[in-house]
Amino acid sequence: VKATQGYRAGARAVSGLAVAIAAFGVSFGVLARSAGMSPWAAVAMSATTMAGSAQFAAVSVLAAGGGAIVAVVAGALLNARYAVMGLSAASALTGPVWVRLLLAQLVVDESWAVAQTGDGTLDRDRVIGAGLVLFGTHVTSTAVGAFGVGVLGDPTTLGLDAAFPAMFLALLWPHLGERQARRVAAAGAIVALAVTPLAPPGVAIVAAAGAAVVGSRWR
Amino acid sequence: MSTGWIVTLGLGAVTIGVKALGPVLLGERRLPTQILAALRLLAPALLAALVVTQAFATGRDLSLDARAAGVAAALVAVVLRAPTLVVIGSAAAVTALVRLFV
Repeated sequence: VKATQGYRAGARAVSGLAVAIAAFGVSFGVLARSAGMSPWAAVAMSATTMAGSAQFAAVSVLAAGGGAIVAVVAGALLNARYAVMGLSAASALTGPVWVRLLLAQLVVDESWAVAQTGDGTLDRDRVIGAGLVLFGTHVTSTAVGAFGVGVLGDPTTLGLDAAFPAMFLALLWPHLGERQARRVAAAGAIVALAVTPLAPPGVAIVAAAGAAVVGSRWR
Repeated sequence: MSTGWIVTLGLGAVTIGVKALGPVLLGERRLPTQILAALRLLAPALLAALVVTQAFATGRDLSLDARAAGVAAALVAVVLRAPTLVVIGSAAAVTALVRLFV
């Protein structure tokens, strides 16, 4: 009974985000198709990567004509934060190795945020409840976008290409309350713009990660 | 195998591994503080890079086009603390309108 309450609390906490997640999912499905991916590949990426920004980054590289390795690296670097979140989640995700492996997949930005207990650890049941809602919404909406692409028409005509930087801006904004993060974000943007004309698509984003390493030494 | 599937499988495998790293391998152990500090700052650095490249870059070319107007609208929405859906919607709508009329 206690676990069920935790699942429900987690699910409820992210339910307000469901519409936005679904909009991202549909947009991702559409963008993936316009980047030349098959609908099933788009759905499989949402199910296995389950991290909107990394998926958008990887597919944006493909859409811009970049190669597979650069696309994977661009997405993987965006997901490096999950190594940190995973560390804080480790103590809550108890069980055999295969259970830990599966539960760890449910730890994404939103489920990590709503499952905070306040002392730096996570509530296992809330991670599960929130994570399952996010997973279901993300995968289902990706399928809607990926298979319904002909119905929606050209995403560029609908301005959907501008939806991606807008989404990244919305995700970036909460980080900017902190002075060090503001400086790192500014440095990342400058490095990315400076490297764009010099390197294949996606490399600029990877290069901007250097700002984080340098910035972590700033005080 | 198509490029799309290679990226799907590659990124999926990397992400599953990264997410599982702490809970499966490290358990209670902690990384050096310096590494944690750098990883924590990856999000603002990379998100800012994504915003500017997707707003101003087409391949290797930098340009000011309809997307910039859309992102400006998104910035206004973000500053006004609008819901994410409104931020995205306003960017798409403004970009579409600029393409339609300009």
